[in-house]
This record gives sequence, C-alpha cells and structure tokens, in this order.
Amino acid sequence: MPSTSTTATLRVRNLRKAFKDVVAVDGLDLEVGAGECFGLLGPNGAGKTTTIEICEGLTEADSGEVELLGLHWSANAGELRQRLGIQLQETQFPDKVTVFETICLFRSFFRHGPAPVDVMTLVQLAEKRNARVGGLSGGQKQRLALACALVGDPDFLFLDEPTTGLDPQARRQLWDLIEQFKLQGRTILLTTHYMDEAERLCDRVAIMDHGKTIALGSPRELIASIGVEHVVEFSAGGAARALELAALRSLEGVREVQTQNGTVLLQVTALHRTVPALLGELARQGVPLTELRTHSASLEDVFVTLTGRHLRDE
Amino acid sequence: MSDTTAIPGIPAKEMAAKAPRMDGAASHPLVELTLTRFREFLREPEAMFWVFIFPILLAAGLGVAFRNRPADVLKVATVTPQLAQALRQDKLLDVQQLSAPAAEEALRTGKIALLAEPGADGAVAYRYDDTNPEGRTARMLADRAVEKAAGRVDPVTAADRLLREPGSRYIDFLIPGLLGMNLMGSAIWGMGFAIVDARRRKLMKRLIATPMPRPYYLLSFLLSRLVMLVIEVGFLLGFGVLVFKVPARGSAIDLAGICVLTSLSFGALGLLIASRVKTIEAASGLMNLVMMPMWIVSGVFFSAQRFPDVVQPLIKALPLTAAIDALRANMLQGAGLAQVSGQLLVLSVWLVVCFPIALKLFRWR
Repeated sequence: MPSTSTTATLRVRNLRKAFKDVVAVDGLDLEVGAGECFGLLGPNGAGKTTTIEICEGLTEADSGEVELLGLHWSANAGELRQRLGIQLQETQFPDKVTVFETICLFRSFFRHGPAPVDVMTLVQLAEKRNARVGGLSGGQKQRLALACALVGDPDFLFLDEPTTGLDPQARRQLWDLIEQFKLQGRTILLTTHYMDEAERLCDRVAIMDHGKTIALGSPRELIASIGVEHVVEFSAGGAARALELAALRSLEGVREVQTQNGTVLLQVTALHRTVPALLGELARQGVPLTELRTHSASLEDVFVTLTGRHLRDE
Repeated sequence: MSDTTAIPGIPAKEMAAKAPRMDGAASHPLVELTLTRFREFLREPEAMFWVFIFPILLAAGLGVAFRNRPADVLKVATVTPQLAQALRQDKLLDVQQLSAPAAEEALRTGKIALLAEPGADGAVAYRYDDTNPEGRTARMLADRAVEKAAGRVDPVTAADRLLREPGSRYIDFLIPGLLGMNLMGSAIWGMGFAIVDARRRKLMKRLIATPMPRPYYLLSFLLSRLVMLVIEVGFLLGFGVLVFKVPARGSAIDLAGICVLTSLSFGALGLLIASRVKTIEAASGLMNLVMMPMWIVSGVFFSAQRFPDVVQPLIKALPLTAAIDALRANMLQGAGLAQVSGQLLVLSVWLVVCFPIALKLFRWR
C-alpha cells in the first residue's frame, strides 16, 4: 500500500460546492498517492461526481483547494489538461463517426501519446475499427470512452462510474483493463456505487455520503473496522406477528440487528454459533422463515453500519 | 511523472523513450474536428436531402408551376357562319360555331368567354360577363375582328415587339430567393442542431475536458460551413442556370462574397440561438421562431414590396431580406458590391452583433 501523505498526486482540502439549495460537497478532504487506485464509493447523490468533476477542472468549487500533480487549475489548466485522462459519466460520442475516427479526434488534442491504433487495440476494439459508434454495445462504448481517456498517455486517470449500466461480462472486461493500468503504475481516481467494484479495484476507498467522507481506508481495513465477519440476512415473509428484535440482539455472536423492508440483518462475529441459535429463537417465536442468507462482511455492510441505509437504495 | 506508464501493445522502445513521445503522429485538431463535422453531416441522409435535394425540388416544382405560357387563346362562340369567319381573323380567338342552345349552355358554364349573336341589320350583340377579365378581353378582340371584317381601316399602323427575356420570369425571381433561404436554413440548422446535440450528449463537456483549444471547436463549424457553401450554392445555382437558364449577370466573385457574408451572419445567428439551449426540441422551436417570419416577409417566393410601407424598414433590416435583395441585384441586374452596400451593411451588423453575444452567452455544458 503506498504511503499517501508525502507522495500525494491529488490533494483536496475542505472542498465545498452547493447547487442552489443542495449542498453536493460539504467540506471534503482527500489525498491520492502516486500509483494508487483510489475509489470514491457512495450512493447516487453522495457528491462523488461533483467531487471528481471539480478535480477534473470541469466544475468550480465554492471553496477549498485542489492540487493535482503539484499544479492548480487556476494557474496551470493547459498543462493539467495535457496530463489527465478523463472519462465522464454518460458521454455519447457522435453516432455516425467510427471507433477509429473518434480515437483519432481525441488523440489530435494531445501533444504526446500512443498511436490511435495502439489504444484501440488496448481496449480490445480493433475488430470494431470501422464500426460506427451508434452501433456499439454499452460495454464497447464504455471501452471507447476509456480509449479516449488514454490517448494522451495520462499521468492521472479519472473514471466516473466506468461500469454503471453494463452487464456482468462487460464489467469484468472493463475491470481487467483497469487492473492492467494499475499494474503500469498509473494513478487512478474512480467513483462507483458498486461495492464489489471498489473492493476489487481500489487500493483505498473513501465512502461518501451527503457530500462528506464517512470512512476512509483500504477495503480490508474498512471491513475490519466494523468488527464483524459475517452478515446473516433473513426474512420472515408475511409473518403476522412482529419479531422480538430484542431477543435476536441477545443471541450469541450478534453485534447489531437492523431491519430493512421486511428483511432482518444481523451482523455477527461467529457464524457457526449464531445461525443455530437464530433458528432456535425463530422457532421459539413461531416465526416462519422464508429466506436466509449469509455472506462475508463487505463494503456494503460498512456503508449500512455507518448510515443505516443500503448503497443502492436511492 | 512516473516513467512506468506503459501501454501493452506499444513497443518497449517507445515506452522507454518517453520524453519525446511524438509516437502518436496525430493530425491537427482543427482538421480532425472539421472532418468530424463533415462525417456527421455526410452520413446523415436526411440532412443531405434538406440541404441539397429539397431546394432543387422546390425550384423545379415552382418553376414548372409558374412557367410563362404563351398568351392564352380565348374561347368564343357564335351561331352563324358569317360571324364565325369574321371572328377567325383574330389569331387570339378560338372560335366555335354552335347551335343556339349549345352556345347558351357553353356560355353559362364558362366554356366560352363570349358569345357573338347576330342582331337586326347586320348588327352584332356580344354576351359576356363583364366582371371577368377574359370576357372583357374577348369583347375587345371580337369587336375588332368583326369591325375589320366589315371594312374598318385603322388610321395608325401599329407593330408588336415581344419581350420574353430571361431575367424577368418567375423562376429568375425564385432562384436567388431559394438560394438565400437555403443559406439561412443550412447555417442556422447546421450550427444550431449540431451544437445543441453535442451539448445534450455531454460530448461538448467531454471535449473541454481535453486540451482542445476551445476556439477550434467553433472554427471547425465555420470551416465546414464554408466548404459546404460552395457545394450547396453550386448545386442550386448550377441547376437554375442550366435547366431554367436563369441569368447570372453579376460578377461571380461578388456573388461568392455575398454568399459567404450571408452564411457567416446566419451562422452567428444560429450560434446565438444554440448558445444555451439544452434540448433539440427547444432548439427547433427557437429556430423556427426566428426563421418562419423571414420565410414569409423577406421575399423568397414573392416580392417583399407587397407588405405595407410602414413595415418596409423593418423588413429591410432582416438578414434574409438583405441577403435575397443582394443576390437578386447581383444575378438579375448584374449589380456590383457598391450597389448592394446597404444590404451588405445589414448583414455585417447582424454578424458583429450576434457573434460576440453568442460567445458571451455560450455554455459548454
């Protein structure tokens, strides 16, 4: 894990941005080290996109400071633009233009960088060279967007929800590409609301909610911080009788009990002791079990623990 | 930054030589942007139709509908062979000899314009509708024929010299009008839709996230417009000149100058319309709002002089009126630039007023 305080390539201090009466970013601090893949994780509306767009110099902050590659947007915009690779959420490239032509267009804006054909090969679009953008699949369009972010051989790569809306196979393909860039030592800042994406790709994650960072660390650290190893989820179907939650709380190994839309979540430390105890307790209360699942604690559970909500609720 | 940024698929040699990274061999951004504009346009069959085919169909249709016909022959009838023979002396009359009831019927149903009936003592009675110009003309022609046949001699001899010269026909009036209309439409639509569409797709935002110099983006529209202009004007003008023998009496360079200035003025107007709009629907509404009045009052299809004198100064201040007046003066009267300086001034004012405002208001996202 890279040390962050001394070699930070992105430093954000006390960033604030409000749109009319909505505060999108509320006093945010961030540091991203060289060669690090840093993730901003949070639900929709948490301020991730606003934050990344301020860092990209596309949105002006109300207050606060952004230092990127030792430069500032106010003084070095031209230089910064040459050195950044940017993928925005939902860019639609012109439909009638081909993949190769689009990459050539973006390549022409940068002083230095690889040949368009190499970037095209890199994102596995070589066989789509002469296909028009309008006919590409969602995953192919997203890889084209990635190619356009890479044509300037960037020192810093911004990816805003790179896999949102893609099918699982296309997502995995994109993850493989992003992992390649990590291996090359590129610094990446990405936003996502997929916890599995953040867990797989990011060295460190900042969990955002309501414009603030509510947790910061490596995925492993964050998961460890909530002190639970497993989560038991069950639903009691249309059970007429309310559950006695207090009784569940006192079961062996249970640290926390939450209910959500008829589902009960138990955060537990010792699965093998809690599950039999839970089954016994439900039988005692006479509650029919319609669904029971367990999984290892994830970033999702970190978010739930911190906010009482799911990442994807909004 | 770090020299570890390498991309698989690129030879290691180039990875190592990172300082002079001119390996990409990129072309000039202005060239790429302009090419993109062309590709988007040329691969859109509908746009091609509206810009190239539609004006020609319109010109052909209107040209045929309003073509100058030889003077009409008037149908008249009579009931006696003597009168019929007298009337046939005039070539402009198509004379039928009918029975009395049939002639009556033909007159009533408008198949003939006039019925000549013999009266007592060699007199003639003309029956016709005096509110109908054809009837009145037939009356004059018929009477002249009858009087001449009866031996009248005109004291003054008169000769006719006919004027049917290109330049005074409707198609001659129409082609410069269509040219002006086409220049307006393609500049405003071409500029407006492309810009609003790029904004709506967030493509514009993506472009400004690159080091692309922003003026290049707008400049690419200007360049593509100028190239397209040559094709567009050439197409319509060539059609008019070759098919309808529309005269192009003025200097071709002056004509090109007028077309370029017109296109720039409307381009600025289009840019202004598109400077903030975020949806295609709003943009088309706004564009139609701007263009519709000019289609009607600026003299595309009929002379702008038909509108009341009070509004003439207003009509003359419209860019399309100025453009069409200048085009007509150049093509039909062979006027030089000095003679259309008023119109050129109007166009220039629109350009220098709209363009800076458009830049000021312009939103990249």
